[in-house]
Amino acid sequence: MGVVGVKDQELLEVKPAERTGSANADVRPWTPDRSGRSGALGSAMTRLEDPALLTGAGRYCDDAPVAVGTLYAAILRSPKAHAKILSIDVSAAKALPGVHAVITGEDIRAISDPFLVALKAPIDQWSLAVDAVRFVGEAVAVVVADDRYIAEDGVELVNVTYEDLPVVVDCLKAVQPDAPVLHAPAGTNEISNRRFVYGEPDKAFAEAAHVVKTELVYPRSSYTPMECFVVVAEYHKASQSYDVYSNFQGPFSAHPVMAKALRVPGTKLRLRTPADSGGSFGIKLSVFPYIVLMALASRITGRPVKWVEDRFEHLSAASSGPNRVTTIEAAVDKDGRIHGLRMDCLEDYGAFLRAPMPGPLYRMHGALTGAYDIRHLDVTNRVCLTNKMPAALIRGFGGPQIYFALERLVQRIAVELGLDPLDVIRRNLINKEAFPYRTASGALYDSGDYAQAIEKALADGRLEELKARRDAARAEGRYYGIGFAAVVEPGMSNMGYLSTLVPAKVRERVGPKNGAVSMVTVNVDPVGAVSVTADVTVQGQGHQTVIAQIVAEQLGLTPQEILVNLEIDTQKDQWSIAAGSYSCRFSPGTAPAAHIAAQRIRDKVARIAAKQLNTVAEDIDFANGMVFSKSNPDNSMPFSRAAGTAHWSPVLMPGNDQPGLREIGVWSPPELEPPSSKDEINTSLTYGFVFDMCGVEIDPITMEVRVDRYVSMHDAGYLLNPLIAEGQIRGAFVQGLASALYEEFVYDESGAFLSGTFADYLVPTACEVPEIEILHIETPSPFTPLGAKGLAEGNCMSTPVCIANAVADALGVESIQLPITPSRINDLLAGEESRPAKQIQTATDGGSTSARAGHMLTGKGEFVVAAAPEQIWNSLLDPEKLKTVIPGCHTVSVVEPFKYRAEVTLGVGPIKGRFVADVQLSDLQEYRFARLSGGMSGPLGGSEGEGTVTLEALPEGTKVSYTYSVGVSGKVAAVGGRMLERAAGMVIGQFFERLSRVVKPEEDGPANTASTTPRWKRFLGLGR
Amino acid sequence: MKPHKFDYVRPETVAEALDLLAQYGGDARVMAGGQSLMAMLNLRLVQPRVIVDISRIAELSDISDKGSMIEVGATVTQARVENWDRLNETLPFIARAIPFVGHFQTRNRGTVCGSIAHADPSSELPLSLALLQGEVVLRSKKGERVLPAREFQLGLLTTARRDDELVTAVRFPKSIGVNGAAFREVARRHGDFAIVSLGAVRLNGETVRMAVGGMADAPRTIELPANLSDKDLSERIDAFAWDLGGLEDIHATARYRRDLLRRMALPIYREVAPCAA
Amino acid sequence: MRSVNRDDHVRISFELNGAPVSGLGESRTLLSDFLRGTIGATGTHVGCEHGVCGCCTVQIDGVAQRSCLTLAVQAEGRSVSTVEGVADRETGELSPLQKAFTKHHALQCGFCTPGILMSFSDFLNRNPEPTVEEVKEVLGGHICRCTGYDGLIKAILEAAEEMRAASTAATASR
Ligand code: FES
Ligand code: FES
Repeated sequence: MGVVGVKDQELLEVKPAERTGSANADVRPWTPDRSGRSGALGSAMTRLEDPALLTGAGRYCDDAPVAVGTLYAAILRSPKAHAKILSIDVSAAKALPGVHAVITGEDIRAISDPFLVALKAPIDQWSLAVDAVRFVGEAVAVVVADDRYIAEDGVELVNVTYEDLPVVVDCLKAVQPDAPVLHAPAGTNEISNRRFVYGEPDKAFAEAAHVVKTELVYPRSSYTPMECFVVVAEYHKASQSYDVYSNFQGPFSAHPVMAKALRVPGTKLRLRTPADSGGSFGIKLSVFPYIVLMALASRITGRPVKWVEDRFEHLSAASSGPNRVTTIEAAVDKDGRIHGLRMDCLEDYGAFLRAPMPGPLYRMHGALTGAYDIRHLDVTNRVCLTNKMPAALIRGFGGPQIYFALERLVQRIAVELGLDPLDVIRRNLINKEAFPYRTASGALYDSGDYAQAIEKALADGRLEELKARRDAARAEGRYYGIGFAAVVEPGMSNMGYLSTLVPAKVRERVGPKNGAVSMVTVNVDPVGAVSVTADVTVQGQGHQTVIAQIVAEQLGLTPQEILVNLEIDTQKDQWSIAAGSYSCRFSPGTAPAAHIAAQRIRDKVARIAAKQLNTVAEDIDFANGMVFSKSNPDNSMPFSRAAGTAHWSPVLMPGNDQPGLREIGVWSPPELEPPSSKDEINTSLTYGFVFDMCGVEIDPITMEVRVDRYVSMHDAGYLLNPLIAEGQIRGAFVQGLASALYEEFVYDESGAFLSGTFADYLVPTACEVPEIEILHIETPSPFTPLGAKGLAEGNCMSTPVCIANAVADALGVESIQLPITPSRINDLLAGEESRPAKQIQTATDGGSTSARAGHMLTGKGEFVVAAAPEQIWNSLLDPEKLKTVIPGCHTVSVVEPFKYRAEVTLGVGPIKGRFVADVQLSDLQEYRFARLSGGMSGPLGGSEGEGTVTLEALPEGTKVSYTYSVGVSGKVAAVGGRMLERAAGMVIGQFFERLSRVVKPEEDGPANTASTTPRWKRFLGLGR
Repeated sequence: MKPHKFDYVRPETVAEALDLLAQYGGDARVMAGGQSLMAMLNLRLVQPRVIVDISRIAELSDISDKGSMIEVGATVTQARVENWDRLNETLPFIARAIPFVGHFQTRNRGTVCGSIAHADPSSELPLSLALLQGEVVLRSKKGERVLPAREFQLGLLTTARRDDELVTAVRFPKSIGVNGAAFREVARRHGDFAIVSLGAVRLNGETVRMAVGGMADAPRTIELPANLSDKDLSERIDAFAWDLGGLEDIHATARYRRDLLRRMALPIYREVAPCAA
Repeated sequence: MRSVNRDDHVRISFELNGAPVSGLGESRTLLSDFLRGTIGATGTHVGCEHGVCGCCTVQIDGVAQRSCLTLAVQAEGRSVSTVEGVADRETGELSPLQKAFTKHHALQCGFCTPGILMSFSDFLNRNPEPTVEEVKEVLGGHICRCTGYDGLIKAILEAAEEMRAASTAATASR
């Protein structure tokens, strides 16, 4: 398949990692054994996880048996982007057999607190909406019932009345002074604005030969895992504590946030995670509000409560990566050397700022200058809120956004200065001699040889082939472009980075925050069986396998002999705030902790064995399940016996050693310092390197981007398991491809969410994925004992911009909007569309047309009725008549003059829903014109809009013309987007069609004499 | 995402099914393969009182050659038609279009009649029926009606089926397209509903009929002489594109749909009506 | 004529991986929920409940289809196969497809895996010698968020080859 696999010999020759500066000076560094020994750490061993997962024996959160009496929850979600909650009527839902409770914001407000926020700003979020809703999908009420089916029945019976509030969706509008404010006490939507200046950027710009500037928008998307959120919560009344089982991924810094919201000490929120998890990619941090919600539901009902998020809920309300608008400019000399950078990053977190947000804006802070040696930097970070689902962690965490700006800028520099983009990249790269390299904003890049990585990627004819393919395509008039991206990939976040968000003075007051404590425990039982627990959560990366390899390596055992249990139980296991699986902390964080713990066991067993083998511990080695003297290998004993000694024979313990065999490895690298007084911050421990290069062609008919060639070069230090490493890279690549070409959470201007199913939120399948070539070099990290760095996020950062650069090259345009859809390319390429002069527009739908303008579905139509205008007018204004005209109408009542309320069943084909419609008439010109405005709502969603009706007398009757403009939100908008425009046209068309049928000439002749009150006024109780 | 409560009945014969439909009328929804209906039930977009599951009615499970027509019974899956050994010879256009219907897994269950009865404006099978000018057989206790495609699909998810009627079969005229049949569709991903789909058959020496899906609330057809020059063709197609309008949704603008039709039409047309030279 | 009233819980019976199973369900109970929640066969996963992701794919009478788009009552009297039945039922030995999956790292979180195994154990039976394009088309009925599909494609092609070799060998020895 044209793919270079990861074969051991293709990796660089291995030299021992030189470790500088680690506090764990007694940790012995490791160098890969690429001898081909089966299961060796560094070998491409197949995974220990697989046999269970391949046979349906996985143990995912929703698979676990639950306690007898467990109830099931379903959540009512807001169809509105911004509205006051006027009332919630739960009576009908409560009366439904099988429903145990209906919980609203009022209920949870009484027994819980809002979540802590990283920023001291009055942005209160509870686990349910209190008083107002601020995004479509926000949880408004929970129905707890005997099973999920009944709970969903209950949800349909909860009746909420809302009062609409003004909506703001676009972050650029949200920061305008006249924008509607989401959280009134905060006074503004721009809740944080910090400027950072490093070096002398003003001078750099003043002296620059050129300034190149561009503006970029990074959209909203997420790497939606296949398994959604699951929570099982139980309240123990006697101890007033909560026991929760959930597929939470960490970081466990969210645990104190949850405990605080529940008003209990952390010990009284026991959180357990399952053995297997169906992917996460950052998203399963965002289950935490639901953990609190279900804990409260259990407390209220007195029963365990289980909730399994469905896909519709997940897409509309789980979480998303933040969208960001970046204005970036570079001070460059004529060769393209960048001397200074200025950036303004406006990041949109949606309706609330959930801890640990605004992480994506700060996680990359040390690495803002990417792979380049740029000493002068001026960056402004702005955080804003809008009426969209709250943003949070997703894979890449801030990297995709920053590199989209930086690497697009590099391409622009090349274009504007007439240079080869590769030359611009090369000229600015950090030199390999400069490592460890301190960036302008404070990151300490551990190691790398960026130039070598790039040259290797270009070599072997790869670049030549791309160029030849581009030339050939262009010669035939086809659109073909080449893109590059150079990316520094951070691994293992410094938990202190977020405190860069507050000024240094505040940091001084509250004390330093830094580090990322990792912990692993190795336990050996009385017969020498080894088990391991660690502070990572399972998401499918293969951590069990790699940990087993690490531990087996030290103990002379096979990985198959090591039992790795990665379930976490906060009441029993070692954990710290950094625990969890995110930000590539496994290889630089947990893996060293496992190495340390295993070495401690090894040292202890060596001392035990040395005593029994009459030698010294330094002379002891481990292999093939045996412990033996290096000088005399025959002098040996089985590992199991040596280890068993610690349990069975305390009398044989050497020196000061305690009996028992259990060691915790704690890894806390000193390089992760708190932010300096000048706001310099080493945001991560390791910094890998990715260089991507691709060729794309635009299909001349469909305008689809076809990725023709893709090469991805990685330097992630030593690879602990090349098979798993490759899997991570391929997975991240496809997610990056998805961001580039397919996936986006789409909102319209009214805040309606439009991508609520997998038919509209487009996750690529095998048919959309091109082949890629993956290459590696290994420059080991000197800061970790295993020399390994993170590598699972790089392509989420590099691939979107690499493809964007290639498309920009192909089309010769500056502005590239992600995802690069065929429709968008069509807009870029297609010129004016002129309607043929003689074309007579053939009417569709019997005289109506429909279209979409912004978020409004608009349309108009006209027809002729064989009746006088007065008759039609009367029908329109007579509630009884209206009832027969409105399709699916059950009742019509006059609320007040010119205001109707109707209950209707509406839809197209089999899709029907019950709605309550409120319609107001205005601008009445008797028998001639009326304006209708209003809205309707029901379990399927809601709609608002207005329309006009104009009547014109003709000899044969009346010409009725109508126009409408409606916005649709809620479920129908989220799942029915494909048909919405036509559906609205059809429903409205039906109304008028029925109008023409209902009005019969013989009825209500136009005999309303001038002397009597017109009939229609009587209907409305007017003019009596 | 769980269905509402409904009564479920699984008749074994057409007579039983018709009795049920006569009894429940608009409160009932017929389910054959359920590949469209079940998703809508799960989302609670559709909430019928009764589901009439016809999947086990043996008398509806045939593909039969009726002389000038091939008749496909209501429970025949798309996969069965796709794998039918006489497909290419009798219905060459269907042979080209049917692999685009959903995915392997949904074609295994979804029926040809079900897809046509569902009347999605972007689906391949309603387009096929319109292009081939096939027929739909409807039966109720009152009798049988046979409607031509054009009279059956009235609009978005809307057909002429009466509440008490069952679509028992569809019929495709045989051999249309043996002189040339082509199908192409553009979707965001393989297996997705089409943004634009386009089919063409050569009817005889003189005429090419094309059908386009995804651009209006039902598939629409156009007949063209088989000897058009590129320029004439593009003028005709341009007018057709304006006439259809095209739909606007989150995946594509109406403009893009019109442009797609303009660009797709020529190669498809030439596939069935090659230049004389 | 089978009929189930909306409020009833009825006994639903079918064959699962060769053995009879039964349990109580409603007319509206999805087969995916029935398998997982009532029978306890949790190997079949649920990822979207609207027919797109493929996680829930099982075989009914040997044909791969979506269990989220199937009512449990519709499986009555049928033979349902799920991932729990793919390995050799006596020895537990993994099938060639399963073995190839592990060799080519065709799974990470494993959530999509059961559905993909069920699709291809049907498809490769019908089409023992698929092209890459055919494999992609069938795989296109599944979403895998972890692997990027490359390992899956390699594994499926290799398993097909192995199964062909095995059946040739079996024919030859007969
Ligand atoms: S759960 Fe059935 S297809 Fe996604
Ligand atoms: S392995 Fe995780 S979704 Fe496929």
